[in-house]
Amino acid sequence: MEHGVSLRGRKRRLPGSHTLTDASKSIGKTASEPAEPNATARIIARILAGEAHLFHELIRPVERPVFLMLFMLLRDEADAEDAAQETFIKVYRNLHNFRGDSKFSTWVLSITRNEGLGLLRKRAAHPEEPLEPVLDESSGDFTPALLTDWRELPPEALEREQLRACLCRAILQLPPIYREVVQLRDVDEFDVQETANILGISPGSVKVRLHRARMMLQKELVPQLRAFAPQSKRKWFGRRV
Amino acid sequence: MRIDCKHVWQHITAYIDGDVEATLRAEIDRHLEHCEICSAVMDSTRNVVVLVADDRVFEIPAGYSERLHRRLDAVLTEEISRD
Repeated sequence: MEHGVSLRGRKRRLPGSHTLTDASKSIGKTASEPAEPNATARIIARILAGEAHLFHELIRPVERPVFLMLFMLLRDEADAEDAAQETFIKVYRNLHNFRGDSKFSTWVLSITRNEGLGLLRKRAAHPEEPLEPVLDESSGDFTPALLTDWRELPPEALEREQLRACLCRAILQLPPIYREVVQLRDVDEFDVQETANILGISPGSVKVRLHRARMMLQKELVPQLRAFAPQSKRKWFGRRV
Repeated sequence: MRIDCKHVWQHITAYIDGDVEATLRAEIDRHLEHCEICSAVMDSTRNVVVLVADDRVFEIPAGYSERLHRRLDAVLTEEISRD
């Protein structure tokens, strides 16, 4: 029985399952960033030299992760979109400060996070919208849901809106420090070091938080996801096979 | 070294991400061969991770990109004319 499979960079494939369409990678997966760091540096140099229109091209790969990070923080689509616009304007105005020590996407996501946290702090000033415990490291249950068999849900199951909603809800209900690490590592596919840079924490903390987050998701989702599992065939006398 | 279920649960994420050293991986594999519970926990966790990664789970609002670039166009034009 082989349970071990590295999901990094090819996580769309489950053993014995199908590969999800690459067309779904329209915008935003970190893989979309130019493979050659110099290519990004060259575009930035040209923008700073006056070719401002190239900014549109520069940010296309990070449009989705920026929106998602803000949506995860603010949990409101309209607020996240407004904040994304403000974030990209800040990125443009601060482009001369990008030193190339990290990937451009990592730098942009750090700015995005600050923008989102700033908006959350403003919200907290309103008593009707209490700020979530952004840095509550101890909350959550990290024991998995125990079961004795698992009927795999193939990617096609995501065609069902109810299932997508179920997954969304579970992630959005995670405490913020776990929500953001799931977004960066499992949704956007940043590696451990990049995630650590964006969040300003150690790689070890990224791993610990991701593990706790996945355990919380497993515990919350598994009982619900079983309802979406493909039906097993029935044998005579009602026995399942 | 014999590992128990709780020990396996502690390493599920590292195992899925291919981030456990060979000896521990072999121990976990041996445990999974006879433990139905850990085997199902491992499979279900990996299944959740794969589903969560799918772009269909979080949809970007229709027109988000167009509105963003229109706004940026306006800002860029304004800043260039000011310079």
